[in-house]
Amino acid sequence: MSSAAITDTVSPAGVNWHSDEMKARRKARYAADRRLQIYGIIAITFALGFLAILVGSLSFTGYKAFTQTVATVEIVLSTAKVDPANIGEADWRGIVRGALRGLVPDMKRSEERKFFEMFTSSAPFLVRDAVVADPSKLTGKSSFAIPMADPVDQLAKAGISRDVPENQRRINDKQIGIYDQLVANGVISTPFNWGLFFNADSRFPELAGLAGAISGSFWSLLVCFLISFPIGIAAAIYLEEFAPKNRITDLIEVNINNLAAVPSVVFGLLGLAVFLGWMGLPRSAPLVGGLVLALMTLPTLIIVTRVSLKSVPSSIREAALGVGASKHEMIFHHILPLAMPTVMTGAIISLARALGETAPLLLIGMNAFITSPPEGVFAASTALPTQIYIWADSPERGFVSRTSAAILVLLAFLVLMNGIAIFLRQRFERRW
Amino acid sequence: MNIMSEAAVEKALDKKMSTVNFKMVGKDVSVYYGEKRALFDVNLNVRKNTVTALIGPSGCGKSTFLRTLNRMNDTIEGCRVVGKITLDTDDIYDPTVDVVELRARVGMVFQKPNPFPKSIYENIAYGPRIHGLARHKADMDEIVENSLQKAGLWNEVKDRLQEPGTGLSGGQQQRLCIARAVAVSPEVILMDEPCSALDPIATAKVEELIHELRSNFTIVIVTHSMQQAARVSQRTAMFHLGNLVEENETDKMFTNPDDQRTQDYIMGRFG
Repeated sequence: MSSAAITDTVSPAGVNWHSDEMKARRKARYAADRRLQIYGIIAITFALGFLAILVGSLSFTGYKAFTQTVATVEIVLSTAKVDPANIGEADWRGIVRGALRGLVPDMKRSEERKFFEMFTSSAPFLVRDAVVADPSKLTGKSSFAIPMADPVDQLAKAGISRDVPENQRRINDKQIGIYDQLVANGVISTPFNWGLFFNADSRFPELAGLAGAISGSFWSLLVCFLISFPIGIAAAIYLEEFAPKNRITDLIEVNINNLAAVPSVVFGLLGLAVFLGWMGLPRSAPLVGGLVLALMTLPTLIIVTRVSLKSVPSSIREAALGVGASKHEMIFHHILPLAMPTVMTGAIISLARALGETAPLLLIGMNAFITSPPEGVFAASTALPTQIYIWADSPERGFVSRTSAAILVLLAFLVLMNGIAIFLRQRFERRW
Repeated sequence: MNIMSEAAVEKALDKKMSTVNFKMVGKDVSVYYGEKRALFDVNLNVRKNTVTALIGPSGCGKSTFLRTLNRMNDTIEGCRVVGKITLDTDDIYDPTVDVVELRARVGMVFQKPNPFPKSIYENIAYGPRIHGLARHKADMDEIVENSLQKAGLWNEVKDRLQEPGTGLSGGQQQRLCIARAVAVSPEVILMDEPCSALDPIATAKVEELIHELRSNFTIVIVTHSMQQAARVSQRTAMFHLGNLVEENETDKMFTNPDDQRTQDYIMGRFG
């Protein structure tokens, strides 16, 4: 402006850009840039390294659970032995034992008990269920895959070493001899363990699967979504677009932010007191699990929705109001559709967090031992994280690898959900 | 009683004014943003079928005044308007006034082109649809075509009505926004620096368009460009520090203004 201002400042012409001092100064600034980059790279390397260790160690212990040692046994059935009208009543124990005896013809009577222990104790039920499912097996010879009991499975997967003294392992020398004979005869195989996904929980690791936990988690998340999504969006719209700014709304806002940081176990206690104690809803039910998870998800969802509503530029609001749209038309025709991709992304990420939530589900009894998948939201059930918790507590060796495998399954679901969220964001989100 | 009679007198006065072609009348209009006062007792009348330009340095209150005319300031937290503004004879700040109707009658075009992120057709059809101005698809098609014709955009976009409005160039977007405002058949169109984000060629087109729209609409335009005010308006109002300095015929304002501040601003001595 005035000429005085110009003479006050040092003339740029007087600067020697090539002096050693200036060069050193620039060099130091570049060095700071590079240092920052290096710190970043180190941080990322650490994070990726730990992630790799986690997934690596889980895979290392868990991969064994994805196969199961089975014996393929031929069983001859006839309508004389099994009444077609009443399949369940037949002497399945006798039939299966007879067929198993045939695998080792020269066995002494006294050794039989140890021999039968090598196979899963549920073998008669498995064969019965297979026949019930497919009655054509009633006539003639058909083969059945009988899972081997946990100690044999461990032996096959080198979980039990033969070098250990006999009295310190759960499988004796005689049984090892029989196992080797069965392998030589081609009876033993280790196919992919579909049971891990399609069986419910069991006391016997060779039969235990995640079907109950997966469907329990599914029902819980469904309830959680159906409750938290509409309520969360409605609350966010009201707070962001309609609520006056006063002490009460400030208080509500502070409380929502605080609730988002409340430890999930507290929500579990609340669910225990209110949903189970006061409302009398069934224990261990995915309905209650979903309600508790919805309480936990709501604050985050409200915050995410408010942020995404706020991020829609005011020019769009003005455009809508300018042509005479009412407030609700502005919100439902313009603001919400534009905010929706971000809201969905936030919702999916919250659900992913809810999927991994263990503590509140433990409190409402979703860590029960339940041997069939839930048939709806009222049936008792476990969920993936609580199933992991149960298995991690089980003493049988077979559950060690199954715990890791279950964690891998949980991680796979989490990655899938986050993948969907990222896809939605990339595909639909508008940047302004 | 006294107040009543005063109001009655005012109303009679307003009626008289409207017969001399005042479309909107602002009487002692003051605007407060919280504690801060942005406008000081502005008395400004807008004539029918006339382009009125509001000029003045940044922060002088011209946009604030413009936004009081369709109550766009209502959306700003803590904003308070005192005084009286009438559209024809209706007090637009009367508690019984329906803002939705007011904004349909007083349309607005904004500084930055802000088409909805929807198709060109939808951008135009949205206003008429929410106000129920078209009974059938054919009516709507006609409104869309007419509005785009009036905005001089029809020939450029008639083959791609279903493409997103945000895909147009800046100048086309702004004319789309004008067409969107026109589609609701408003009586007054407010324009808040409509050309500030456009290049000179697009600006020329919009100015030409403003000229043509004058026969059907009353236009109030805020502008930072003296040349633009001189080119498009018949009357000009000069604001400074929240006060209306003077309002007069544009020709007079730019050749022989009454107030020294107007003279200085037009000559580029401040602002």
